[in-house]
Amino acid sequence: MKVKVLYLASLREQLGKPGEDLEIPPATSTVAGLRTLLMARGGAWHTALAQGRALRVAVNQEMAQPTTSVKPGDEVAFFPPVTGG
Amino acid sequence: MPVRIQTKDFDAGAEIAALRRGNPKIGAVASFIGLCRDVNDGDVVTKMTLEHYPGMTEKALEKIVAEAKTRWDVMEALVVHRVGELKPGDQIVLVVITGAHRGEAFAACEFIMDYLKTRAPFWKKEETPQGARWVEARASDDEAAQRWEPPKSSAA
Repeated sequence: MKVKVLYLASLREQLGKPGEDLEIPPATSTVAGLRTLLMARGGAWHTALAQGRALRVAVNQEMAQPTTSVKPGDEVAFFPPVTGG
Repeated sequence: MPVRIQTKDFDAGAEIAALRRGNPKIGAVASFIGLCRDVNDGDVVTKMTLEHYPGMTEKALEKIVAEAKTRWDVMEALVVHRVGELKPGDQIVLVVITGAHRGEAFAACEFIMDYLKTRAPFWKKEETPQGARWVEARASDDEAAQRWEPPKSSAA
């Protein structure tokens, strides 16, 4: 299935791109699954997305949890903890 | 619109006047302005760039404002947040709440800021003499937001 993935703020710099359209296996049906899939690219991907790194994820612009499901056409954004205000 | 994201500066006086215009039932206006400082974590800050997640930012802020209005008896709410390049002394964020009495207005204003700091997708990158760096989230901001969480049920 196709999803749109975004990388924001420091994560965009670490990964070297603002986002991408991805074709992912239908079995990758959660936020945690997608994170694991991206980490498997190795290098900066493995480091920046490693478990234990403080990371937030939004699915379709709503804050999500590792168990949140990912469906075809979803917009999934990975970013560091927010620092506005 | 109770929520605005903009690069340009804001005039708190004009915003407050517009928000309370024509409503003589308002007895209290509470407001907060956040500013860009020239120091952070012991280093001189010469410039700051604020980034956000267009689309989600507006939704997240509108949700926070809506929740404040259900929790407290207030009338109008306004949140203006700037993005882009800012210098020390520049205004970053404005929150204004109107209501009949001060207690509810103060609480709603503080709640909106605490939730904005932990739930609205903004990120600050600051320039220091040692180079540019992303600002790290603070545990104290999480603690401030947690004060507003409903007490956890003790039922198993």
